[in-house]
Amino acid sequence: MAGETLPPMPPERLIELNDVAVHFSLREGLVRAVNGVSYHVNKGEVLGVVGESGSGKSVTVRSIMRLQPKTALDAGGAIRFRLPDGSVTELNRLPRDGREIRSIRGRHIGMVFQEPMTALSPVHSIGTQIARTYQLHTGASKEAARNRAIDLLARVQMPRPREMVDVYPHQLSGGMRQRAMIALALTCEPSLLIADEPTTALDVTTEAQILDLLRSLQAEFGMAIIFITHNFGVVADIADRVAVMYLGRVAETGTVDQIFYHPKHPYTRALLQSIPRLGQKRVHRLKTIPGMVPDPFNIPAGCVFHPRCEHAVAGRCDVAEPASRTFDGGQIARCHLADSLPELVS
Amino acid sequence: MVGFIIRRIAWAIPTLAFVSFIAFFIIQLPPGDYVTAYAAQLKHSGEYLSPDQEELLRQQFGLDQPIFIQYLDWIGNILLHGDFGRSLEWNANVSDLIWDRLGLTLAISTLSMIFTWAIAIPIGVYSATRQYSFFDYVFTIFGFVGKGIPEFMLALVLMWLGFVYFNFDVGGLFSAEYATAPWSYDRVIDMLKHLWVPVVVLATGGAAGLIRVMRANMLDEMGKPYVETAYAQGLSERQVIWHYPVRVALNPFISTVGWALPALFSGDIIAAVVLNLPTTGPLLLKALQMQDMYLAGSFILILSVFTVVGTLLSDILLAWSDPRIRYG
Repeated sequence: MAGETLPPMPPERLIELNDVAVHFSLREGLVRAVNGVSYHVNKGEVLGVVGESGSGKSVTVRSIMRLQPKTALDAGGAIRFRLPDGSVTELNRLPRDGREIRSIRGRHIGMVFQEPMTALSPVHSIGTQIARTYQLHTGASKEAARNRAIDLLARVQMPRPREMVDVYPHQLSGGMRQRAMIALALTCEPSLLIADEPTTALDVTTEAQILDLLRSLQAEFGMAIIFITHNFGVVADIADRVAVMYLGRVAETGTVDQIFYHPKHPYTRALLQSIPRLGQKRVHRLKTIPGMVPDPFNIPAGCVFHPRCEHAVAGRCDVAEPASRTFDGGQIARCHLADSLPELVS
Repeated sequence: MVGFIIRRIAWAIPTLAFVSFIAFFIIQLPPGDYVTAYAAQLKHSGEYLSPDQEELLRQQFGLDQPIFIQYLDWIGNILLHGDFGRSLEWNANVSDLIWDRLGLTLAISTLSMIFTWAIAIPIGVYSATRQYSFFDYVFTIFGFVGKGIPEFMLALVLMWLGFVYFNFDVGGLFSAEYATAPWSYDRVIDMLKHLWVPVVVLATGGAAGLIRVMRANMLDEMGKPYVETAYAQGLSERQVIWHYPVRVALNPFISTVGWALPALFSGDIIAAVVLNLPTTGPLLLKALQMQDMYLAGSFILILSVFTVVGTLLSDILLAWSDPRIRYG
């Protein structure tokens, strides 16, 4: 396995994914949903993962939690996670319903889901759900767990936490439910919080409040965050580093400044150009990326992005799959032309 | 919660009053009355009632009064004295006829319901969590076959098997020597020996259907995001399944548990006739055939009370288990 030959993780590294692949065997054929994803998160760092629907963002983080659907096949790669005591576990080798992964889920890795409307149990009060997680991992008394729930609700800035602890999800608004969801994920002060499009289902005002909250909680608890979104604006707002995903691969990773000001991959560039900006010259129409995300059963040969890429070179991009190339400052791009693209004019 | 219960009870009272009148009214709907049916029966055996004699009987039974007066008499006696009137056919107090059988009916009903749930819920959960596995298919086949076989058929087959291969004295609820004996330890044992046939018969049909319901509900629920959230907390599969989706999937069971009372009270008639059980079903059938109005009316009244009370109970239970109903 790859894990034996990998260099040891540097001490500041919290989690590292190397060449992770997850496939789904469907009646129509094999879907390579995640096909060689590598990224890492350092302690206390916020990684924004950006990509279109179907790019494999969610499947990748679910394989960190070992929560893939039962039809998913682990098709290789290594996911290494550093526990608070400094030891490193290879998450991808743990059995899915085993004791080890269960002691990590909810304790060292918390997860916030996209749909606050349905992601909380409708028949348990907010407090019960938080208290159950706390008791599970700490063996605390009922009383202590309840106090912990009240404390957490206060920390996610729920008004009147003493009353809210007995409230059921359907009595709360979307933003309040997402706060409760965040409180649940932070129950045991995990070192990694995975947020899978936590603000997609919310309106923009609430979204801004939740982002503010996550930022202040990150400062308070010091946990690292993997923040999945398809919204570049949100990434600029919260992330330290960015991974851009396309069709089950990471097209480009880098710091927020690198990605926004010096994108090396044509896909990143195209995405950024398709976002309207204030103060932009009004002469040209907003650019779009031509074509559609390919059908998962017919992944293009060569670079998967070449049919939609305006810089694609025939005979090169449609033949050979580009390797990841590392540039100054740790920026990584998977493109044959990464250093020879014309400068951006914005 | 308390307000919810009080509101529900307040609604149940006018419903019961209305239902009792309807019950009485429906009994009167077929042409003729008990005396007509009685005269026809006598004629059948070669005797004859003159119109004067019929009239005399009617006066004696109070059948010449307008329906509304008859109803008031009847319901007044029930409410004030607990007196359900006399069965014209059996020439006995309705309450004596009913209560004895009612106890047995309730015993059989409750037992078979517990049995049904004890079979259906675990199997439904298993089938859903191991969808398309070998045993899922086995239970599916059992479900369809169990649902497809009429209860009386199953009763006959079981009786035949019991009689031929095990030499059981099946049919009825008691052996001959205990049939009229007062309650004693031996009589209870004797009853339990006979009870398994009706319980198995009733539970098979019920469980077969409920397994399908439970399986479908579980499959719906297990795909919901809150189940993934529960897994993400580090709970084991067993903890997740039984604490989260099962809780929600049980709702249809809870909301229909009240109907089990009246359904088992009347629904097992055919099986009860075949098995010769001294339950209420066969008695009701006979009373309706003979237009034995006080007996039949009382039956239907009790049935309705059970329905209303049962629904009330399941509403309260549901509100207790699902907060969305309580605050809805």
